[in-house]
Amino acid sequence: MKIIICLVLSFELMANPNPTAMLNGPKDERHPIVAFTNAHLFIDENTELSNASLIIQDDKIIAVGQNIDVPKKAQVRDLHGANIYPGFVLLDSGYGLPEPGKHAPFTFFGAEIMDTTTKGAVNTNEAIKASYQGITEFHHDIKKAKELRKLGFSSVLSSRHDGIMRGSSVLVNLNDDSDNQSIIQPKVAMHLSFDKGSSKQLYPISLMGASALIRQTWLDAAWYSEGQPSYIDVDLTAINKNNHLLQIFETKNWQQTLLADKLSKEFNKNLIIKTSGDEYKHIDAIKKLNRKLIVPLVMPKAPDVGDELDAWKVSLTDMMKWQMSPYNAYYLNKYKVDFALIPSNNKSFLKDLAQAVEKGLPRNQALAALTSTPARYLNNSKIGNLNKGSFANFIIAEKDLFKKGGKINENWVAGKRYEINEIIPLQSGIYQLTIAGKAQEIELQNKAGKLEIKSTAKESKLKFKAQFSEEFVRLKISQAQNEQNLLGLVNYNSITSISGSDPVWQAKRIKDIDKKEDKDKKANKKLDIPVVPQPFSAYGLTAKEKASSYLITNATVWTGETAGVLENTDVFVKNGKVAKVGKNLSVKADKIIDGTGHYLTAGIIDEHSHIALLSVNDIMANSSMVRMEDALNSDDINIYRNLSGGVTAAQLLHGSANPLGGQSALIKMRWGATSDELLIKGADKFIKFALGENVKRSRSQSSIRYPLTRMGVEQVYRDAFTNALAYEKQWNDYNKLSRSAKKKVMPPRRDLMMEATLEVVNKNRYITCHSYVQSEINMLMKVADDFNFKVNTFTHILEGYKVADKMLAHGVGASTFADWWAYKWEVNYAIPYNAAIMTKMGITTAINSDDAEMARRLNQEAAKSIKYGGLTEQEAWKMVTLNPAKLLHLDDKMGSIKVGKDADIVLWNANPLSIYATAQKTFVDGKLLFDRDKQMQIERQISNKRMELIKQINQSDEPKMPAQMKPEKHMQCDSLTGYEYLGAG
Amino acid sequence: MKKLFLSTLLISSVVLALAPVPAPKQQKEVVYHNATVHIGNGKVMKGATLAFSEGKITRLGYFKMKWQPTDIDLKGKHIYPGFILPVTRIGLTEVDAVKATIDDVEVGQMNPNVRSIVAYNTDSEIIPTLKFNGVLLAQPTPRGGLVSGLSSIVQLDAWNWQDAAIVSDDAVHVNWPSAMRPKFDMATFTLKTVKNKKYHHQLEQIKSLFIDAKLNATQAKNIKLDAIKPVYTGKRKVYIHANKPKAIIEAVNYFNKIGVPSLVLVTGQGVLPVLDFVKQSGIAVIVANAHQLPQREDSSVDAGYTTALKLQKAGILTALAYQGGMTMGSRNLAFTAGTLASYGMDKEQALQLITSNTAKILGIDKNYGTLEVGKSATLFVSQGDALDMKGNRLIDAYVDGRKLNLAGRQQELNQRYLKKYGK
Repeated sequence: MKIIICLVLSFELMANPNPTAMLNGPKDERHPIVAFTNAHLFIDENTELSNASLIIQDDKIIAVGQNIDVPKKAQVRDLHGANIYPGFVLLDSGYGLPEPGKHAPFTFFGAEIMDTTTKGAVNTNEAIKASYQGITEFHHDIKKAKELRKLGFSSVLSSRHDGIMRGSSVLVNLNDDSDNQSIIQPKVAMHLSFDKGSSKQLYPISLMGASALIRQTWLDAAWYSEGQPSYIDVDLTAINKNNHLLQIFETKNWQQTLLADKLSKEFNKNLIIKTSGDEYKHIDAIKKLNRKLIVPLVMPKAPDVGDELDAWKVSLTDMMKWQMSPYNAYYLNKYKVDFALIPSNNKSFLKDLAQAVEKGLPRNQALAALTSTPARYLNNSKIGNLNKGSFANFIIAEKDLFKKGGKINENWVAGKRYEINEIIPLQSGIYQLTIAGKAQEIELQNKAGKLEIKSTAKESKLKFKAQFSEEFVRLKISQAQNEQNLLGLVNYNSITSISGSDPVWQAKRIKDIDKKEDKDKKANKKLDIPVVPQPFSAYGLTAKEKASSYLITNATVWTGETAGVLENTDVFVKNGKVAKVGKNLSVKADKIIDGTGHYLTAGIIDEHSHIALLSVNDIMANSSMVRMEDALNSDDINIYRNLSGGVTAAQLLHGSANPLGGQSALIKMRWGATSDELLIKGADKFIKFALGENVKRSRSQSSIRYPLTRMGVEQVYRDAFTNALAYEKQWNDYNKLSRSAKKKVMPPRRDLMMEATLEVVNKNRYITCHSYVQSEINMLMKVADDFNFKVNTFTHILEGYKVADKMLAHGVGASTFADWWAYKWEVNYAIPYNAAIMTKMGITTAINSDDAEMARRLNQEAAKSIKYGGLTEQEAWKMVTLNPAKLLHLDDKMGSIKVGKDADIVLWNANPLSIYATAQKTFVDGKLLFDRDKQMQIERQISNKRMELIKQINQSDEPKMPAQMKPEKHMQCDSLTGYEYLGAG
Repeated sequence: MKKLFLSTLLISSVVLALAPVPAPKQQKEVVYHNATVHIGNGKVMKGATLAFSEGKITRLGYFKMKWQPTDIDLKGKHIYPGFILPVTRIGLTEVDAVKATIDDVEVGQMNPNVRSIVAYNTDSEIIPTLKFNGVLLAQPTPRGGLVSGLSSIVQLDAWNWQDAAIVSDDAVHVNWPSAMRPKFDMATFTLKTVKNKKYHHQLEQIKSLFIDAKLNATQAKNIKLDAIKPVYTGKRKVYIHANKPKAIIEAVNYFNKIGVPSLVLVTGQGVLPVLDFVKQSGIAVIVANAHQLPQREDSSVDAGYTTALKLQKAGILTALAYQGGMTMGSRNLAFTAGTLASYGMDKEQALQLITSNTAKILGIDKNYGTLEVGKSATLFVSQGDALDMKGNRLIDAYVDGRKLNLAGRQQELNQRYLKKYGK
């Protein structure tokens, strides 16, 4: 017993000094060997050894296995069957690095900062900090190290979380020795994100802007390495120099994860993605990436739904997040995704881990995700296992670490012992207590160092109180007024009185405590894994539609074609297309829908929408390089709401803060698909332009961004198009050179902004231009004429009626509001007759929403052109179907009901232009994605699910977060953020 | 019909780019026959005769009298009571994004004394566009702060605010605070809901204003307290603006407790969890806007369109307003009522929400809100169903029997450019 005490003490050794250190005192260098015997070893997730030994010297494991010889020099420690796990490896931390500065990504006030504020020969964008090296600033942090060791981590990959390209990270052990001794590898990975961090520079302010910046910077780096550039950029140099390193990309949601993957494929970068822990939402899509992931173990608190009026604020999706998040690791493992785990909340990490295991993550996979997997990512065989030669980084835990209540007793890092929870060598069990020769049985519970004792005899009135400190146990036994105090020394599973004391007593473990039956039942309980709806939303689908053909019978069909309106007509759709239109069709359909008394039309196409986007606006005057498809959000409930209003397709436009805005995403409302699947394949390329008040930043008094006037706007265009043509010539000249001549010159720089602008000039990308007053409309047409291309569409175009003749001559289309005006100065002369006048002039005219709410009533908006301007019903209807299809060059596939066209169709209960009409059934690609007949049932299911989850939340005793209500976002043209609801742009 | 419609407009569009001239007093009796008369109380009379003289409705029903040459046959056409737009910024703002044109938010939190009527601009360019769609009465209302000020009720065809006023300073408007408030988080660029730290202080401010007014806790004259005092006699109503269930309960209980007899709640989908409470309390409700997205992601997709229906089904006196970002949109008031009808409400009941119910809530139902003998001839004739944009085409409109010039600048610009293009 005494041996144990001194052995334990002797582990507390200081590290040997650095070899180059000049000593202040006598040399004291030692290399003790420590042997852990009788341990249950987890060499790695697949190799478990019981009754085995682990032998370490200095910071390394020197031997491991069953029946191995313990060197004579070794200090031996009998672990009595306790577990030894490899120390955990943390792949994402800012440990030991200074906190980055903070800066809001955008402010509405003050003069914009257009250039980087970082000193030195750095990249022109402040968010590109690729030359940063963690090693240069690393200093071990005793407090933080202690915190991380408590969670079981022994080595950490540390990087500075600041900027889009964040520079390199350093791999360190968490021992409290000198920095020289704790660093494992000075430069391990390059880190990236979509978050501009502390950058004060204006650009970028959006997700798609960050994406464009990353693409451009990778192109720049490649170009920079191709010749002798005439200037120095230390960040581009660093990117090139560290291309061989791991590239770790941090994302904030599953959509960003898909985007990071897309970028890495484009540039052939082998990214590891540090995610946000929401993979369960779209595990199929995540699986398809086939990518290494670093996943935080997110266990969100339940929203506080305590009283019914608070519960009203809480969305079902938030409750579902609470319900589903614990299953994330289960899903990742089930789908065989390669993943490492990291904590999301340090305070509850081990509890979270146990919960993930309880929710179906196999124990060995949990261990792998914290040890061998991160080590494999880092290509480091010395950590994350207990093999000979590896770092002596390991965890001692008496109990299963992955079970509820599991605790770390000791965390050894580089051969140094750090005690987390003291091991009391008394296992819970039935003990025989003998006092002065009288024996009785007691039940002793060792609850993480707290001893609870009671008699096994039910009628016993004895009360026991035990206190453990150092190696002693004080036992107080009381009955009524009588009290007896005993002091004893602890040996493994026994307590004995100190020699010479009176009475002589001892307690000795004789057997296990009988487990109660119900506990066994609990263990056998089958996991009830909730189904994840697609998309992750209250209205998400839990089953895929099977029918592939529909026959809609006896409806009034508004074809939108020369056939006009067909009464009592059947429409047969099959495999996503309109297959037949006629009377009394005899076909075999999976489902037949009686359309009697109903109207069947093509689906509504919204030429101007900002739904289903994670962000809307970037900020450069020429933002043509940003792509809205990079910010798609297929989970947006407004897709479903659009379907409920008969909308089947839309152009998702960039905002209007820029004369040359971003590239549009043309989507169909394929509710249930992931973001990329929303895109209309093979569609022509479009881009948002904007004129007027927004691009001159009229609402900021102190803006310095060019342009501030409509005069400047014209010059932005002329400049952009002129430069784009020069850019083209530069490349043409270069491409004409012979191979050997090419080698002698620096190739032109690929410029994504110029490429997109050039596409416009070269008629490969079509403009939808936000516009209001006649002068600017005429201006852009004139500029386009001068550069020999056409503007495709003016959107908003509220003074189009004033220049309709010129528009007709130019050949431009129009997409306008039915009756908006007076929300800002430049729309003061807008009139609701605008659409009708332009139509009468022969201009292809559409009515659009620019508003998630109004999008559901575009049929009503179209009908206003009958009230104002006296259009016919069919003319009015085309303004939300065939005309927008024409403007988007989709009229060969959409916009009317015609054999061979896409089966994007809507069944209405009344004349669709009547205010009393509601969409009853909406099909996209022949799939019935909204069915009003089922709406009641769906709403009831949602209501039941709400009630069930509210019940579950109220039953759980976990801490809650205050009930929150997320205000509905109105993304419109002016929305940089969804914040400034100042009316349409 | 189309020709008749257009020519009516052309005749009256000689005013060019100014708001139309207010109409003179009714000189002679107007008699309409064969009209579909929507009374505004839920009933319809088909093929009926309606006559008015000296601004009052004199006859309504079926008569066997001989037609006079000036009588008008309205076969196939409809007569409606003038629509009423409550709690609106009409006349107080002109161009939403131009600060200089905005007069509906005074500085400070406690402005019970500010009066919308003196800022109400009868010549606002927006007003003609409302009349054009059948909105003939309105309640210009201040916004902002905790106590925004006093609204008034006006008719929309007047030379000046004195002429426009039907009831001056009819109600004081209180924005009841909530324990949580939305906050824009620059760091994450998202809207979050955070605890409203000023919540208790804000409540105290409101409560002390009303209590101090009741007890006249002043020695000198105090114009703020004076503005509150009439609420205790019922001469002035209190409008509670609140869209959170708990805030609604708190506010209604408070005003009941201190003895304010006449309360109106302006709200949205936040009233739905407390329908029973609202019903019990007997308070009338104005739905701020029927064209709203559902409150929660998991709410019924039609939640905005059915809120008023649920209130009405619960037996609560309900009306519609048109609040939202853009003032100009309120010309669509009738179509929000129409939308209610497409989502389950009876058409004539939907009409009540912008006519008789509103008049009752505003306290002007003696004269306005329905078509009944003795009431004001504030009404219009429409080509078709005025709740439907296809049918909402006004032929004639009257305020107190005065025949309005309906066409404004927008119609004039339409004509100007059709002519330019030879269409």
